[in-house]
Amino acid sequence: MADNLLFFTELMGMPVLDLKGSRIGRVKDAALVPREHASRIDRYLVGGGDAWLTVRHDQIAEIGRETGIRLGDEQLVPYHEDDCILRIARDLLDQQIIDVTGRKVVRVNDLTMEIRQEGGHATLHVVEVDVGLRSVVRRLLQGGMPGRWIRRLQEPIPPNSIRWELCNVVESDPLRRLRLAISYDRLEELHPADLADIVEELSPAEREAIFETIDSEVAADALSEIEPKMQAAILESLEPEKAADIVEEMAPDEAADALSELQDETSEEILGEMEAEPKTEVQELLEFDEDTAGGMMNTEYVALPEAATVADALVALRASEDLLEQLNTIFLVDDREKLVAAIPLARLFVAPVDSLLKELASDPLIQAPVGESQDRVTEQFDKYNILTLPVVDEDGKLTGVITADDIISVLRQK
Amino acid sequence: MGRLFSRYRNHFLIFFAVIGPGFITAMVDNDSGGIYTYSAAGARWGYLPLWTLIPITLLLIITQEMCSRMGAVTGKGLSDLIREEFGLRITFIMMTLLVLTNFTNVVAEFAGIASSTELFHISRYVSVPLSALAVWFLVVKGNYRSVEKIFLFACVLYGSYIISGILVKPDWKEAAIYSVKPVLMLDRDYIYMLIGMVGTTIAPWMQFYLQSAVVEKGITVKEYAASRVEVVVGCIMTDVIAFFIIVACAGAIYSVAPKDIQDAGEAALGLKPFGQYAFLLFSAGLFNASIFSASILPLSTAYSVCEGLGFETGVDKRLREAPIFYLLYTLLIVAGAGVVLLPHFPLVKMILLSQVLNGVLLPFVLIPMILLINRKDLMGEWVNPRWFNLVTWVSIAFIIGITLALGADTIRGMLHQ
Repeated sequence: MADNLLFFTELMGMPVLDLKGSRIGRVKDAALVPREHASRIDRYLVGGGDAWLTVRHDQIAEIGRETGIRLGDEQLVPYHEDDCILRIARDLLDQQIIDVTGRKVVRVNDLTMEIRQEGGHATLHVVEVDVGLRSVVRRLLQGGMPGRWIRRLQEPIPPNSIRWELCNVVESDPLRRLRLAISYDRLEELHPADLADIVEELSPAEREAIFETIDSEVAADALSEIEPKMQAAILESLEPEKAADIVEEMAPDEAADALSELQDETSEEILGEMEAEPKTEVQELLEFDEDTAGGMMNTEYVALPEAATVADALVALRASEDLLEQLNTIFLVDDREKLVAAIPLARLFVAPVDSLLKELASDPLIQAPVGESQDRVTEQFDKYNILTLPVVDEDGKLTGVITADDIISVLRQK
Repeated sequence: MGRLFSRYRNHFLIFFAVIGPGFITAMVDNDSGGIYTYSAAGARWGYLPLWTLIPITLLLIITQEMCSRMGAVTGKGLSDLIREEFGLRITFIMMTLLVLTNFTNVVAEFAGIASSTELFHISRYVSVPLSALAVWFLVVKGNYRSVEKIFLFACVLYGSYIISGILVKPDWKEAAIYSVKPVLMLDRDYIYMLIGMVGTTIAPWMQFYLQSAVVEKGITVKEYAASRVEVVVGCIMTDVIAFFIIVACAGAIYSVAPKDIQDAGEAALGLKPFGQYAFLLFSAGLFNASIFSASILPLSTAYSVCEGLGFETGVDKRLREAPIFYLLYTLLIVAGAGVVLLPHFPLVKMILLSQVLNGVLLPFVLIPMILLINRKDLMGEWVNPRWFNLVTWVSIAFIIGITLALGADTIRGMLHQ
């Protein structure tokens, strides 16, 4: 173990010596001021007599694992509560934080810090957050035997640490979050499914904090991956405007599912805050019973007139950029919007641009009425090996589609 | 009218959305140790001990309500909260004690499986390993939703005690009178029987299990009113079952010839003269209770420990992701079942030891609980009202006193043997 590394458990209780070398007190806690510096310990809280004193980072001449902290400046001020500091022992140790690269929630056992010499002072920089068995052993033994023995004892246990820059502290109080410069920007880069797993492990207040601050589009994607009951709880906890922003970004079928889990007043409140277009789509879907084709379908599909050619289809696809990731079938409707054909997307690539789409259609045309039961719908996917099933109303008009991922969700919930 | 109906339907649906944690915890409380205690009370003292069931129910409700409230409000398990507020060292000591205590409890459950299947002439060398395997697979291979459904079904099977109690044709008038008429006697055995009944009712593991289950189920503050109803109904059901166990043994054994029974299997045999069905139902009930608790205890222990110490946890994780969780879970089952199969192993002593350890650990769980639930920063407006605090502290002091007395007496008894 390198000598310039110091664990937070070793810092706790370390003697603080004045210029003459006599002891003033022992370290009770240390704090970061994230607005000043993201990783440097800004102040040390020292307990001696009745009150705690604050030692600033530039008042320390030397930090030694065996010798303690030697001051270079004795002008100390009493400690007072300050909203801008993140106290390690109080706010970080034993709490949960998010390991952004490991994509999970972990509990902080200890911190690894590095002793640096900067312009005549000795400073400590947080390097890693320690989780896992090794740091548990260290915490348990600290104070029970000399520090050197503990270091030797923990040697055979493999370390389990996360770099400090890759940790995200969770704070549910918005004001404090601002003062501590905590943001969840980095979480926005995670895969929505990973982000969903992470928030599922947090407490309701922390969940709310994250959904309140992250980008609505990311929030919508993550929310779609969360189980329905928790979805409802999260939407309920948010301000209606924010909830509406998120719901607008969700696929209409998923938005309708989420809203249908809410109490009527809450879902109406959220609908009231939504833009007109997504609102009507979601409202239409809400009319259907959850266990029918109508309740399972979404309204994101591409439909073209009967006489359209491959070239028309390509134009239409370019215009619906945001659907492309999921799209695998396009549909043809007659002048009364009655469904007449389904064309697998891949066929477009091998057909000449001027050929009629109708000639590329799958045969027979598989479709389901809005009232079809969930079980029957699932059966059709299995039987005909389709990826997208068009749903039609009583007049045969195309009203929505059910995709294979909807079916997988249904099957998994059983 | 339609609106009114839909309102009622809503309440009804919310109730079903939260059902599970409270019921299951309360039912598991009637595990093999509990059934033995109630049977012994009925066999030796007849209907006299019935009056204790009402105060016991109240104590149970008070502790369970606090746990489910903490779970719903904070969204965190009890061991999470203890870790965050009291630090690693205290958590570690508690978890060590919890593992030890729960291990002896697991042994007691497998002993219950052994003695109940032997009533059906199935050797314990067959039934115990098979049950252990079934329990392990149920939890590792099933998901929480389906496992909870199985558990709720197991709760229904406790009804077998009600039927066997009725089949014995006990003296209902007497049962009714003694249910509300406290009888205090300065008889040493009688007093220790009463202590035993309270002592087996409130166990440390329940607090951890219930709170985690409430969190896992995603019950929120809004649904808390329904959740509280569930907890209260669950606690009452538990003691209704206890009532029928005591009544069955009072009617079948006490009214013929009062005697001290050595295990719950002996109580089942005592029911035999009252018909094959009474006997079968009583024994099947014991098996159900034992295997049910044997499924929950190791799981709950592994969850609490890993949550508290910050290891990866959960049956939805793979073995490689949560090695300590699975190791602990498997070890508790394998060792718990293995111990029962050792020839000449002092099983009865082990079961008694589990009661002692329950008693020793209980104050260390209940006191942090009440400290946590009064923290405004954690609970907000959901902290205990002052009158409730008073009731709770008095109840907790009473429970602790009684379990300690039970523990001390059991230790003395073990030393004298």
